Amino acid sequence: MQSLPRIMTGVAASVAVGLCLAGGVAAQQKEVMIGGQCDRTGPTQIVGVVICPAIQDYIDLVNSKGGVEGYKIKYNELDNEYKVPPAVEEYQRQKQEGAVSMMIYGTPQAQALNQKLQEDKIPGTSPGFGISASADGARYPYLFPVAATYWSQGAAAIQFIKDKLGGSLKGKKIAYVYYDNPAGHEPLPILEDLQKTEGFELRSFAVPPPGLEMGAQVLDITQRYRPDFVIDHLFGRSPSVAIKEYKRAGYPLSKVLGLVWASAEADIDAAGGWQVAEGYHTMSFAGVGDDYPVRQEIKAMYKAQGKEPPKAMDDTVMYNRGLLIAALHVEAIRNALKANGGKPPTGEDVKKGFEQIHDFTLGGLVPPLNVTAADHEGGGWVQIYTVKGGKFVKETDWIHAYPELVAAAVKKAE
Amino acid sequence: MFHRESGVFKTSYAADMALYPLPIAKWAVAAFAGLFIVIVPLALDEYYVSILDLILIAVIGALGLNVLVGYTGQISIGHGAFMSVGAYTAANLVVHLGAPFWITIPAGGLMAALIGGVVGIPSLRIKGIYLAIATLAAQLIIEWTINHVPAISGGVQASIQVPRPSLFGTQLKSQTQLYLFLMFFVVLAVVGTSNLVRSRIGRAFIAVRDQDIAAEIIGINIFRYKLIAFAISSFYAGVTGVLYTYYLGIANYEQFQINVSIDYLAMIIIGGLGSILGSIFGAIFVTLLPIVTRWFLEAFGGLIFSQADLANIIPNLRLLLFGALIIFFLVVEPEGFNRLWRNIRNYFRVWPFSY
Repeated sequence: MQSLPRIMTGVAASVAVGLCLAGGVAAQQKEVMIGGQCDRTGPTQIVGVVICPAIQDYIDLVNSKGGVEGYKIKYNELDNEYKVPPAVEEYQRQKQEGAVSMMIYGTPQAQALNQKLQEDKIPGTSPGFGISASADGARYPYLFPVAATYWSQGAAAIQFIKDKLGGSLKGKKIAYVYYDNPAGHEPLPILEDLQKTEGFELRSFAVPPPGLEMGAQVLDITQRYRPDFVIDHLFGRSPSVAIKEYKRAGYPLSKVLGLVWASAEADIDAAGGWQVAEGYHTMSFAGVGDDYPVRQEIKAMYKAQGKEPPKAMDDTVMYNRGLLIAALHVEAIRNALKANGGKPPTGEDVKKGFEQIHDFTLGGLVPPLNVTAADHEGGGWVQIYTVKGGKFVKETDWIHAYPELVAAAVKKAE
Repeated sequence: MFHRESGVFKTSYAADMALYPLPIAKWAVAAFAGLFIVIVPLALDEYYVSILDLILIAVIGALGLNVLVGYTGQISIGHGAFMSVGAYTAANLVVHLGAPFWITIPAGGLMAALIGGVVGIPSLRIKGIYLAIATLAAQLIIEWTINHVPAISGGVQASIQVPRPSLFGTQLKSQTQLYLFLMFFVVLAVVGTSNLVRSRIGRAFIAVRDQDIAAEIIGINIFRYKLIAFAISSFYAGVTGVLYTYYLGIANYEQFQINVSIDYLAMIIIGGLGSILGSIFGAIFVTLLPIVTRWFLEAFGGLIFSQADLANIIPNLRLLLFGALIIFFLVVEPEGFNRLWRNIRNYFRVWPFSY
C-alpha cells in the first residue's frame, strides 16, 4: 500500500522521460523522410521479417553512396502488428516528423489511410496488396499500388495457364483456392470475366483463415474436381500447407500456380524443402534470385563494414520485393528533387515523382514500370518462376496480361 | 472522482445517489472537462491529438462492454463483431441514403443493439465460459456474413468508403475537429453510463451480477435485464464501430476481428470491472501502452542494442513488454486501475496522519 504512490511516481517519471526524448527528435537539414510501416510481428510476420530489413538495407545503401541529389534519406520503420488503429497513429506520427512519402503495409491499412493520404497530400504505396481499383490515379490520387494488383495477378495467372495448356482454355477446368478474406476475394471478378471470354470452367475453393487446415479442400480439388490447373491465392503459413497437401494427394505441383504471397523461399522450406515442391509455379512482382547488381552492392556495403550480409538476403523473393519498394520511393524522391531544382520536396512533389517513374529497372529487379497520373499501377507486371532443382527458375519474362480487361474493371469499380 | 471527504455523513438516499458527493467533485469534473475540451485540443500537436482520438473511441467501447461484463456479470467475446455491425449499418446508410451522422450513429447503435440482444438470448440458460463460447460463435458468424453478403459489405473487398461527418456544412477533417466530435459522444457515453448504473436498471444489473437466483427472488425479471444489458452494451459497441468508420473514412470488417474483442476485454479487466473510471483507465492503458513502450524503447534501446538490430528488436520487445506490464499491473492490483486509483486516493485522504 505504502509503496504504491512511489511505484506510480516512478512509472510516471519514466514515461515522462520517454516522452521528452521521443519528442526531441529534431529534423536536420538536407534530409528527406520516408515513413515506413512494416510488420515484423503479427500475422504477416513471415513476410515482414524479410521485407523490412531489405527496405532498411536499400535506404542504407543509398545513404552510403551519398544519398539522393544531395539529400540523405531518413527512414523510420514502425510496426503495427497488422492492426488498423496503430497504423493510423503511426501515420500521424510520421506525418508530424515530416515524411513526404509513406509505405503502407496491409490491405485494411491501405484502405483506412487512403483518405488521410488525400487530405494531407502525401503519396503512399501499397505494393502487391491493397485496393485493385487504386490503379486508377484519378480516383485514388495519392495511393500507388506500384506493383501488380490482385486483378493484374489474376489476369496474369490465366494468361500463364493458357500458354501452359497449349494456347486455349476452351473446356479446361481451373480451381481457384483462396484465403477467405477480402484480399482473397479480390481477384474473383477478373477471373469470372475471363471465364466468359476464354471459355474455361472456374470453381473457387475458400480456405478459412488462418488456413492451416485444408485437407478437405485439397481432396475436393484433386479427387473430385480434378482441375487442369490450380491457382493458389494464400497468405502466411497456408501456402506451405497447400503444397504439402497437394503432394500428399498426389496432384502434380507443376499444375499449381501460387500468386505473389504464396511464392517465397520460406513457403518452400516450410512445405518440406525443394524436392517436395519441385515443379511448383510462383508469381512475383520483383525479380527473384541473387543475380542483380543491387544485391551485390548491398553485400559489398556489409563487407565494407566488416559484417556478414543478413540472413534475410537468402529469402530472395521477399527481400527483392523490399528492395523494389524502397527503390521506387527513392526514385520518386529523386524525380521530385530533379523537378523542383533541389528544394526540399513536399508530398505533392513526390507524388509527381512517382508519376514520372519509367524505364527504371534496377538491373532487371524492377519490371518495366510506366507509372502515370492516370495509371498508378505502372502496368501490372509479374514474372512466373518454377521450382526446379533446388531453386526458382524463371519461366516467363515480365508479363502483363489482358491489360484492356483489367483497365475496364478498374474503370468500372465505383 | 477527484475529491477528499473526511468521512461518510450521508443521511438520505438522495445524498447517497448524488453524482457529486461534494462540491469539490463538481469543480474537479468541470476543470477536467475544461482541460480536455478546450486546452488539450488547442495546445497539443496534431499527432498527440490523433492518439487521443483513438483513446476516445476506445473509451466508448470499453464503457459499453463494462456495462455487460462489469455491471451485469455476463461475458461477450463478440464485441468486435457488434462494432462491425454498427460500422456497416452506418456506411450503408451514408452511401445509399446520404444520411448525416446524427442519424447513422444512433442507427448503427440500434442495429448492433438488436443483433446483440439476439446474441444475448443464450445468456438466460448458459453462464460464464459457456456464454463466452456462444458470443464467440456470434463473432465468427457476423464476420462470415459480412464477408459473404455483398449487400452488406458492398462488394468483394468488403469495405465501404465513407466521407467524414459534416456539421453545419463544414466537413470535420482535422484531428482536432474530430477530437471534439468524438469528445461529444464520449461525454454522452460517460454521463449516460453513470446515470444508468445509478438507476433502477443499473441496480437490477448489479443484482443479477452478484447472484442471479437471489435477484430473481426479489422480483427482477432476469431474462429482461440480461437482454437489456446485452442490447445497451451492443449499442455502445455499434456506436464505437460507427465512430471508427467516420474516423478512418472506411468500414472494413477486418478492423473488428476477434483480437479487437479481446483487446476491449483486456481494457475493462485491466481498468477495473464495474467502474466507469476503470473503463476510461483501461482504454487509455491498452491504447497508449504499445505507443509509449515504443517511445521508451526508441529512446533507451540504443543504449543496450546496436542501432541496426533495433529495428528488429523494438517490435518484438514491445509485445513482450506489453504482456509483462499487463501481468505486472494485475499482480500489483488484481482489481484493476480503478482500485489502484482508489487505494492511492484513500492513502492521501488521511495523509500525512495515517491511522
